[in-house]
Amino acid sequence: MNRFAISDRPLDAAAIEALVRDDAHGGMVTFAGIVRARADDGRAVRGLSYEAQPAMAIAEFEAIAREADERFGDCSIAIHHRTGDLTIGETAVVVAVACAHRAAAFDACRFAIDALKERAPIWKRERYADGTAEWRENACGGEGHA
Amino acid sequence: MTVSVVAFARLRELLGFSKRSLVLPETANVDDAWNAIAAGTPAIRELRESTRIACNGAIAERGRALRDGDELSLFPPAGGG
Repeated sequence: MNRFAISDRPLDAAAIEALVRDDAHGGMVTFAGIVRARADDGRAVRGLSYEAQPAMAIAEFEAIAREADERFGDCSIAIHHRTGDLTIGETAVVVAVACAHRAAAFDACRFAIDALKERAPIWKRERYADGTAEWRENACGGEGHA
Repeated sequence: MTVSVVAFARLRELLGFSKRSLVLPETANVDDAWNAIAAGTPAIRELRESTRIACNGAIAERGRALRDGDELSLFPPAGGG
């Protein structure tokens, strides 16, 4: 399994963590983005549909990992993102980070998911219980919502 | 010259195509391509500022000169995560 991937299959967080787990890194942080049942405006959500430009998304994941490594010291990072139709409770994205210590691992994981949401060529369509659907764009530089 | 244009997500829906070819003058740049596309779809004109355009797999500046056979990808604001 590659450390950076776009996949139309369910994500296995434990398998993705295993890609970065080794004897050199004592702190591991994993972020998982899960499909929520409610939109930010309260509407009931039936699911999310993601699409990506896979080659450029993976290139962006690699660039984000390199930047995290430069900013936070020796980090090992894996990033996998789903595409296709997801239902409530499914995992949309997993960012697994292993660093020597916990502070760098938390910081690098936060940096990586924020950068992904801002820069990676991936798009999300929110499908609502009433049968309508809307493209949802991430707020630039803000908290966003995974 | 002829370039290909690939549109994603909201832009694909507004434009009504996922991929098409586009004939441009030999001196055309990225913005010229956008203007040619937008000329036929007024609904996307106001989206230029929020659209990133990649040329052959890398984000391109507005003034980048195009060459015959280039592939342009139109990216709406990201929505991953």
